[in-house]
Amino acid sequence: MSEIELLAVIERYLDGEMNAEERARFEMLRHDNAEVDARVKEHQQFTDRIKQYGERLQFENLLNEIHNEIDVQALKDEFVHHPSAIVRLWRNHHSKISVAASITIFAVLGTLFLTGYLSNKKDVVDLTNKINRIEKGQHVGLPPVKKAAPANYGGIGTGFAISSNGYIVTNFHVVNGADSVYVQNADGDPYHAKIVTTDAANDLAILKITDPSFKSLGALPYGFKRGQTDLGEELFTIGYPKEDQVLSKGYLSSENGFKGDTVNYQMAMDVNFGNSGGPVLDSHGNVVGVISSKPVGVAGAAYAIKSKYLIKSIQSDTTVSKLALSSKSKMAGLNRMQQIDKMQNYVFMVKVYNR
Amino acid sequence: MNKHINSSSPTDNEAILGILNNSESMLKRIYVAYFPMVLKLVLSNSGNDDDAKDVYQEAIIVLYNKVRSGDFELSSKLQTYIYSICRRLWLKRLHQMSKYGGDIHDFQEFMPVEEDLVSHEERDIQFTKMEGALGELGEPCKTIIEDYYIHGRSMQEICEKFGYTNADNAKTQKYKCLQRLKKLFFQQK
Repeated sequence: MSEIELLAVIERYLDGEMNAEERARFEMLRHDNAEVDARVKEHQQFTDRIKQYGERLQFENLLNEIHNEIDVQALKDEFVHHPSAIVRLWRNHHSKISVAASITIFAVLGTLFLTGYLSNKKDVVDLTNKINRIEKGQHVGLPPVKKAAPANYGGIGTGFAISSNGYIVTNFHVVNGADSVYVQNADGDPYHAKIVTTDAANDLAILKITDPSFKSLGALPYGFKRGQTDLGEELFTIGYPKEDQVLSKGYLSSENGFKGDTVNYQMAMDVNFGNSGGPVLDSHGNVVGVISSKPVGVAGAAYAIKSKYLIKSIQSDTTVSKLALSSKSKMAGLNRMQQIDKMQNYVFMVKVYNR
Repeated sequence: MNKHINSSSPTDNEAILGILNNSESMLKRIYVAYFPMVLKLVLSNSGNDDDAKDVYQEAIIVLYNKVRSGDFELSSKLQTYIYSICRRLWLKRLHQMSKYGGDIHDFQEFMPVEEDLVSHEERDIQFTKMEGALGELGEPCKTIIEDYYIHGRSMQEICEKFGYTNADNAKTQKYKCLQRLKKLFFQQK
């Protein structure tokens, strides 16, 4: 019996088209031959599947017919009272929006907390010499030598040269929001400067003297220290807490700054408003840091941004990365007075003008 | 229209009996009675009216299969059952579309219906496979199979429709088609 002949017999059997005798014979065969029996079952199952498919298709058509008689729009209008797009957006996505909002709030607070923004605001003060903090009238009225920078500046800080051609580093908070910036050297010569780049995270800003009267400074006398400075190392800084350069000295008192801030050192050093952005040097004439802030209510302590972060910041910023900071100091063998004499002209008062 | 729908809402016993008797008018009454509930559910949970239609029709199919298989016990209200099925189906779709935000606005109490949906899914797979196999089968096989096994036409009718010289030729052709369909069916994924 061929496949097809067998199928025909099975179908006749299942459809009840066999007469009694034929039927009995086939049932005997089915009983004796397990393969035939399996084929019968299989055929029945498969044709049932085809039938079920057909029934479902028919049923779906029927459902669609019924559905088309329903006025869906009227039903919709009944419980959707034409909410605006925003209301619908909110209804559909309110849980996601809520989650996103909480994550955002958490992230912002977390970032503020981790960067010490929240706490620093209260416990640390920047050392910019805001003009309203200066005791006015003390030395005002001295006749300006040559030309002078405009007198209505909003704040002062300190900056120092990082190249002979007029690049100067200071604190970001000194020049933040500045409309225009002047730098003034130890002799009182003012030069107009522009802000080249800022690194708010490290509180650093790089300025460039753009004044036509500016001439090259000559090779820098100090080098920049790549590594860490040790506890107890004697340090000094020159800055402009007032109109003249002021020397402050002290020592490294902690490897980290405020609340474990690893970007800063803590120093035992008496600095004031206006010292911000000044260079911190060790006894060999290496720049080890940049004065940034001091703790509130603690006398004689100050924070300085570590020189390695200054170097990193410059290297990672393409606008100034071509500046190669030398690690070689030319003042290693000199005493303090000789060192100050050599570097004096590389430390500038930064005058900031706001609108 | 809605007043008319509400007044014609069948009782649960009427509905079950109607389903068992394959009553088309009862199907219509059931359909119209519970669709608004499902539309509201889907619209309130990021869906549109087409989504509601798909989910609801699937739920009706689940209900019919369950009632006809004889193991439908009215342990809860028919309304609750339909709502629960639709809720489950819609949640699944939301997951598939990655739209599920973690909560769903409910308007009804609901019950666990996972088991019913497992057997429904199995049937659904068979249906899709058959659809695919018939699609690949081509003519005239597809029509011959449909005419004979679904629409119950006689071989004589089919023979005339396709112009076979005698019924035996038509039968042989039908069995060849059936064998091909079987092969295609089991190849479907």
